[in-house]
This record gives sequence, C-alpha cells and structure tokens, in this order.
Amino acid sequence: MNPGAEGSVGIVAAQRVFIDTPLRLDCGRTLPCHELMIETYGTLNAARSNAVLICHALSGDHHAAGVYAADDRKPGWWDNCIGPGKPIDTDRFFVVALNNLGGCRGSTGPNSIDPATGKAYGPDFPLLTVRDWVRSQAMLADTLGVACWAAVIGGSLGGMQVMQWAIDLPERIAHAIVIAAAPQLSAQNIAFNEIARQAILSDPEFHGGHFYDHGVVPSRGLMLARMIGHITYLSDAAMRAKFGNELKIAVPSFNFDIEFEVESYLRYQGQAFVDRFDANTYLLMTKALDYFDPAREFGDRLDLAFERTRARFLVVAFSSDWRFSPARSREIVKALVDAGRDVSYALIDSQLGHDDFLMPIPQYHDVLRHYLARAGDEANAASTGATA
Amino acid sequence: MKLRADLEPIVDWIKPGSRILDLGCGNGMLLAHLRDTRGVRGYGLEIDPQNVAECVAAGVNVIQADIDDGLHDFGTASFDHVVMTQALQALQRPDEAIAEILRVGKTGIVTFPNFGHWRVRMALLRGRMPVTPALPSRWFDTPNIHLCTVGDFEALCAQRRWKILDRRLLNRAHRSGPANRIAPNLFSELAMYLLEAPRITGFAT
Repeated sequence: MNPGAEGSVGIVAAQRVFIDTPLRLDCGRTLPCHELMIETYGTLNAARSNAVLICHALSGDHHAAGVYAADDRKPGWWDNCIGPGKPIDTDRFFVVALNNLGGCRGSTGPNSIDPATGKAYGPDFPLLTVRDWVRSQAMLADTLGVACWAAVIGGSLGGMQVMQWAIDLPERIAHAIVIAAAPQLSAQNIAFNEIARQAILSDPEFHGGHFYDHGVVPSRGLMLARMIGHITYLSDAAMRAKFGNELKIAVPSFNFDIEFEVESYLRYQGQAFVDRFDANTYLLMTKALDYFDPAREFGDRLDLAFERTRARFLVVAFSSDWRFSPARSREIVKALVDAGRDVSYALIDSQLGHDDFLMPIPQYHDVLRHYLARAGDEANAASTGATA
Repeated sequence: MKLRADLEPIVDWIKPGSRILDLGCGNGMLLAHLRDTRGVRGYGLEIDPQNVAECVAAGVNVIQADIDDGLHDFGTASFDHVVMTQALQALQRPDEAIAEILRVGKTGIVTFPNFGHWRVRMALLRGRMPVTPALPSRWFDTPNIHLCTVGDFEALCAQRRWKILDRRLLNRAHRSGPANRIAPNLFSELAMYLLEAPRITGFAT
C-alpha cells in the first residue's frame, strides 16, 4: 500500500440525530427520547451493507476524523486510521462515529436540559451501562437504515461496546474489532476509577453534581481525575523516556510548585480536560466501565456469552499496555475459541502503553487494513448482489 | 494460495469438516487450503507479526502466540487435529509440546527434518555440522535446537506410549521412494507422523 494514497476525509460537519423511541435502561428508568451527535464519512452503498460503527472510549466523541475548517489544526481523534486509503477506508465504507448517550459533546447527557424540569439533568441523569449504549446505537442504526454493520470497531471502553454488540445483537454485526479492551475490569482498574470519582465528588465546587446551577465547574476534581487516568494510559518506560526525572529548574526549590517535567505534563493534561469535559459525564463513563461484565449473566462464563455471537472477531492488544494488558485480551480470545467462534488475535509490539491504540503503528494498521479489506470485499459483494 | 509441497501429505490425514489447530501456521496456507477444499475450521498459532498479517489477509483465524508458552488456553480434546509442521526442532521442550498437542487434539500431526539422513551423517563424519537442503541454517544461526532422527522420535513415542497411527517418510522431492521404505532413517529428509495419546483403560470414554 502506498502511504501517499492515504488521505483525509476533509472538512466534516456533525449532525444531530433525534431518536424518539423510548429507551429502557438497565437501571430501570426509561428515556422517552434522546439525541445523539454523529459524524459520517464515506457513502452508504445501495445494499446498505458497508456501514461501520466506531465506538469511542472514555473521553472520546463523534469527531473521529477530518477537520471542521480548512485552518482547523486538530483533526478528529482517530484521523490517522479513518479516511480514503486508510485502514478504515472511507472509499469503501460508510463510517459512523457518535458521541454516546450520557456524553458531554452534544448527545443527551448530564449537561443537557431535562425537559421535565427545564434545568440540566446533572446528577439526576441515569447511570448507564455498555448494554444501554448498544441499545441506543441500535436505534441510531435503525434511523440510518443500517440493518447490519459490516464492522463495529472500538478501542478500550469502545472495544467493550463492540463485544456487547456481538453478544446482544448477533444478527446486526458481521465483524467485531475489539482493540485494547478487557472482558471486565480488574479490581485495580476499578480502584483507579474510584480514586478519580472521589476526586470529583469531594471537590466543593461539585455541589452534588448540580454545579451548573452555581455557575462553577469542579475543575480541581476533574483535573485530578484526568491526571490519575493519564498515568494508567502510559507505560512506565514511555513516561521515563518522555520525562525522565528532569527538574524544570536548576536546583530544587523545596516547595510544591511544578519542579519535574512529568508534573508539568499532568497538570497541563488535567487542565486541558477541564475545558472540554463534564464532571458528571466522567463519573457516568467510569461507572459504565466498572459495570461492564458480559459474562455475569451467563454464570461468569464468557464463552457462554460468546456462543450467542455470529460475528467474526479481530482482537488486538498492545505489549506495553498495562491498563488492559494483552493477558486480558487473551481471556477474550480464549472464550471465543472455547465458543467455537472465528477470531484472530494480534499482539502489537508497542512502547507508549494503553494510548497506543490511537497511534499509527505500522504493524497495528497493517493488521486492521488486511482485516477490513476482506470485510469490505464481503460488504461490497453483498451490494453487487443486491443491485444486480 | 498454492500449498507447500511438504504439507500435501498432511491433507490426507485431515477429516473433512473437522476442527484443527495449526501450531506455527506461517502465512496460513494450510488452514486456507483445508478451509477451501475440506470445509475445515480452525485456528493457527503464529509468533511472527508479518505472518500474522498475511493470515489475516487470507481470512484465516490466527492467534499471535509463542508455542513455547504452552497450549493451556486450549481445552482437552477440543480439536480433532493439532498440527505442527517443521517446528518441533525449534522448541524448548519438544516432548512437552507433543504431550500438549495430544492433550488438546484427538490426534496430533507432527513433522520434522530427519537428522538421521545420510547427508547429515556424511557432514558429521567429515567433522562438520550439516548444512543440507532440509537444514539450510549454519550451526551459529540455526533456530533448530532439538534436532532428532526418525529413530529418536519413534523411541520417544514408544517411551511415552504415544500411538503412531500413520507415518510418511519422504525424500527430498517429498515422495516416498523404495529407499525410504528400506532404510527410512537413512534416506528420509522429512518425517511426518500421525499420533494419538495413549487410551486410558478402565474408564468409559
């Protein structure tokens, strides 16, 4: 493949999709209607068989590729992988990215106005599960006229949505691409999430989640939460390579100002996050992660959960990822093999850590490209058959 | 994808529609061939990233893993056949690997280059490590750390009570000529075995 053939999807615009089908949630509550922000790239074929759904991770959104203006310096979060000639090839696929329900980038979520009260939902917004997201995404597929996704793709929390899709709606997903994910969270994973939540909940400006009413944001708590998260996204080696234990100043100043490079980095990342993310959404997202465990309703037998699936799977893990380590991906692979499902597994030699799933590592993109080339052939064969 | 010549005899041993595990599956050509011609379903284990990418491109199920790490992710008797071609001699513990193959597979298919071949013996008589068509690496860059002869292999099978259901002892052209039948350990370059674990008597199966 000639890298020069890879291009950008160019200037894109987000769309607001209104879903008026009532959505019954795992917590027992029902949302009578909701809105999802989406972006789409590429063209849906006549048979509507070439649609690909991108599921985002903890802090992602619907802006996965392209730019909003010609002078926009920051493209979508997975722009290196989505576009003409890229592994998720928009010349072949109709790619749909959304901001999940409960998000804070325009989809219905805690910072939306509750029609019942005329005020922001805040902490009254229901807590969600990965299953709820799949239900909501299925309603989006109905709206778009997509009966079956050619592929559903996601990394981290996105990969969990992919697994849930394959289990809950086996007839609606042909290929499941699960990247840097885990079959459920470990106690250590939940512990990190809990510290992040406590940081937010204990911020005096959180106001029990009603901070919108006070015209403030719990910036210290949200910043701390993001700083903790960031540590888990990077490998020890990557942090060492990037920051060492370099002092920013010539001699220690013996106080708590920023003295080390890594402190500066974490504070910058934390501060940048406060400007673009909602504290209630962060709480909700981490709870959805913690609740994820598709084996739970199958007597803790993940293989029994996967026996329902019909999709072919590609599972990808990264050698330096300790948040969702390769061993967790092997648990997914083992359960799929035990269930007799089609699965391939690639272990990508990587340096950065969990965040490597967003990086254009050649070995990683080669596997995705090869896998999706076949999925694209199938999708387009279906289209030829339908239009002939 | 054209099947490599040394893989052809294996195909006859594989039941149509069966479930197989191919250890060290390379670019997946055996699995692709068996899928397309015999409706066989299965998985390959492969350590090399380039080969993994080629398997994915061929639509073959491949799991990136090191055979030396064991087969503990795979259940007992969970496959009809477990195949390992030309990898035995590169493993840390070939005996443990075969035991695992015969645990996971109802039958095991194992192939290896025969270190008893006359070319090998000639080289050793000259006082040099052999470099032959079947063993092209030199002593310092070879991946092969546990080479054996047909005689060694069958002695191990007898000792562990692995049942040899069938074997193919092939010359350089991957055929079985008269010489291979008269003196297999001297004239065979490639040895292929169809094995079965010892049946445990006294238990209903």
